[in-house]
Amino acid sequence: MAKITLDNLAHSYLPNPASEEDYALKELNHDWEDGAAYALLGASGCGKSTLLNIISGLLQPSQGRILFDGQDVTHAPTAERNIAQVFQFPVVYDTMTVRDNLAFPLRNRGREESYVAERVQEIARMIGMEDVLNKKARGLTADAKQKISLGRGMVRKDVNALLFDEPLTVIDPHMKWELRTQLKKLHHDFGHTMIYVTHDQTEALTFADKVVVMYDGRVVQIGTPEELFERPEHTFVGYFIGSPGMNVIPAKIDGTRAYIEGSPIDLGCGYDALEGKLEIGVRPEYATLSQDEGLPVTIRRIEDAGRHKIIRAEFFGHDINIIAGEDDPVSADMNRVRFDPAHVNVYANDWRVPGRAA
Amino acid sequence: MEKTVNQKAWFLVLPVLLLVAFSAVIPLMTVVNYSVQDTFGNNQFFWAGLEWFDEMLSSERMWNALSRQLLFSGIILAIEVPLGIFVALNMPKSGFWASVCLVLMSLPLLIPWNVVGTIWQIFGRVDIGLLGRTLAALGIDYNYTQDTFAAWVTIVVMDVWHWTSLVALLAYAGLKSIPDAYYQAAKIDQASRWKVFRYIELPKMMGVLMIAILLRFMDSFMIYTEPFVVTGGGPGNATTLLSIDLVKMALGQFDLGPAAAFSIMYFLVIMLISWVFYTVMTNLDKKGG
Repeated sequence: MAKITLDNLAHSYLPNPASEEDYALKELNHDWEDGAAYALLGASGCGKSTLLNIISGLLQPSQGRILFDGQDVTHAPTAERNIAQVFQFPVVYDTMTVRDNLAFPLRNRGREESYVAERVQEIARMIGMEDVLNKKARGLTADAKQKISLGRGMVRKDVNALLFDEPLTVIDPHMKWELRTQLKKLHHDFGHTMIYVTHDQTEALTFADKVVVMYDGRVVQIGTPEELFERPEHTFVGYFIGSPGMNVIPAKIDGTRAYIEGSPIDLGCGYDALEGKLEIGVRPEYATLSQDEGLPVTIRRIEDAGRHKIIRAEFFGHDINIIAGEDDPVSADMNRVRFDPAHVNVYANDWRVPGRAA
Repeated sequence: MEKTVNQKAWFLVLPVLLLVAFSAVIPLMTVVNYSVQDTFGNNQFFWAGLEWFDEMLSSERMWNALSRQLLFSGIILAIEVPLGIFVALNMPKSGFWASVCLVLMSLPLLIPWNVVGTIWQIFGRVDIGLLGRTLAALGIDYNYTQDTFAAWVTIVVMDVWHWTSLVALLAYAGLKSIPDAYYQAAKIDQASRWKVFRYIELPKMMGVLMIAILLRFMDSFMIYTEPFVVTGGGPGNATTLLSIDLVKMALGQFDLGPAAAFSIMYFLVIMLISWVFYTVMTNLDKKGG
């Protein structure tokens, strides 16, 4: 187990990157605390897997250093880093039995056969495959194979970190829950540093202590699930997390007020004069329908999601989503929307601007 | 589901039947016809029963040719398969040089058999051939027209030169189909190079390798043109493989009966060995190599 430090790290798949766009992973400084469970969240192609492969040594970064407990391992081969990694698609050694598959990483490191047998039993129990240990791996279903991959990742106790690259993509939904719970338990019991790559926000938020959100090769926010929800540092975080995502509406900012198409909105804080593309962001959870106050909107559709209703509204061509509780009144004459001032965030060029207390 | 019975459907099979009849059944039956009759010319045939088969089975000449043939196929498989895999493993996986390799390696496959034979025939000649002269200059006693060993080395090397590319290209195709994640997982699991080959590359190549081995076995077992052009079966009968012997018997000596019996047995042997090969390999495949 180790603290993993990324120092000025960046990577480009091109041999001579010229501009910032050429970088798949833009310059990054970050400490992955020893023993924490992280989720790396972002849309496909945002550099998540690149980052993971750099940490495990499958990829050499174009610049910067990577340190394990302060020791530079930038150029160390994968084997020396002692890392476990599980990939998106199942990798099993077809010609081996399930047992040999699970034992493979231990045997390659020359562990004693008695220890290997004991560990394999333990892992098999964890992934629920004790009864097929002697079967060849090739005939198994995709999710059984992925469980073997997971098992191979977990079989070593002394790894520096466990990396998961969207490991549950091919797994059945009910099994997903079970495996994720197992992973959490594993983390709880052994305290490995874990990094879990996913593009599924539920998966990220339930798995991790801290969620790292990536967008376009850049880390845009690192925080607890609550922080990501309440104070998205970047409009992408607001829109990517939450269902539906945050309402982001172009606005003019003046002191403690924002103006959308000339209509005033109260802000919880005051702001100095801002430059660039200005927007306000409000979560649908903090927007409420009202009869007499707020922006006059056109309501286009109401979706009943069971526990709550999602109201799709429009104001001068800007979409506004509102979440209303089961029991909140919704009626035809409620065609105004009110934002909770304490939860209105202001963004300049997509980044959140902290306000002064009003 | 209701089954419709319509006997007219048989007519639809007719074209295929005709095609197969003309391409395979009729030619084969003429051979069978020859194999059970004797002729003294004048287009007069006499019933001979299984006499020719008897004669062939007790003929030392055929057994010798068969054992030379098995030896030849065995040697070239033992060289071409591992060598082909080795070449495939060391070919660049992508980029400019991968294309160059592919083109260069396909070249021998495009050369007609006859030309390959001629190339090597001249290449190895002691008086004017580059190989023959070079070896002579190095003081190595090499003359494929007189020395059995030299003749064998020549035809084996020629076949390896001509056909290793095929095995390599097939193996390469197999290797290319392995997703990167397998190699990455192997690195994570700290597998040695040998284990990567044994547990990832070889199993994934098994399917195409099986085809390569079968193709190379069948082709080499039927080989005629190349050794015939180079050695003509000599020195003596040292490189007289089955096909060469068969042609000698059928067209040289005009022993149609024995040659026909020989052909049928030849055909059955190829079928049998290919079938055994196939069964063994698919079983291996099922059990997981």
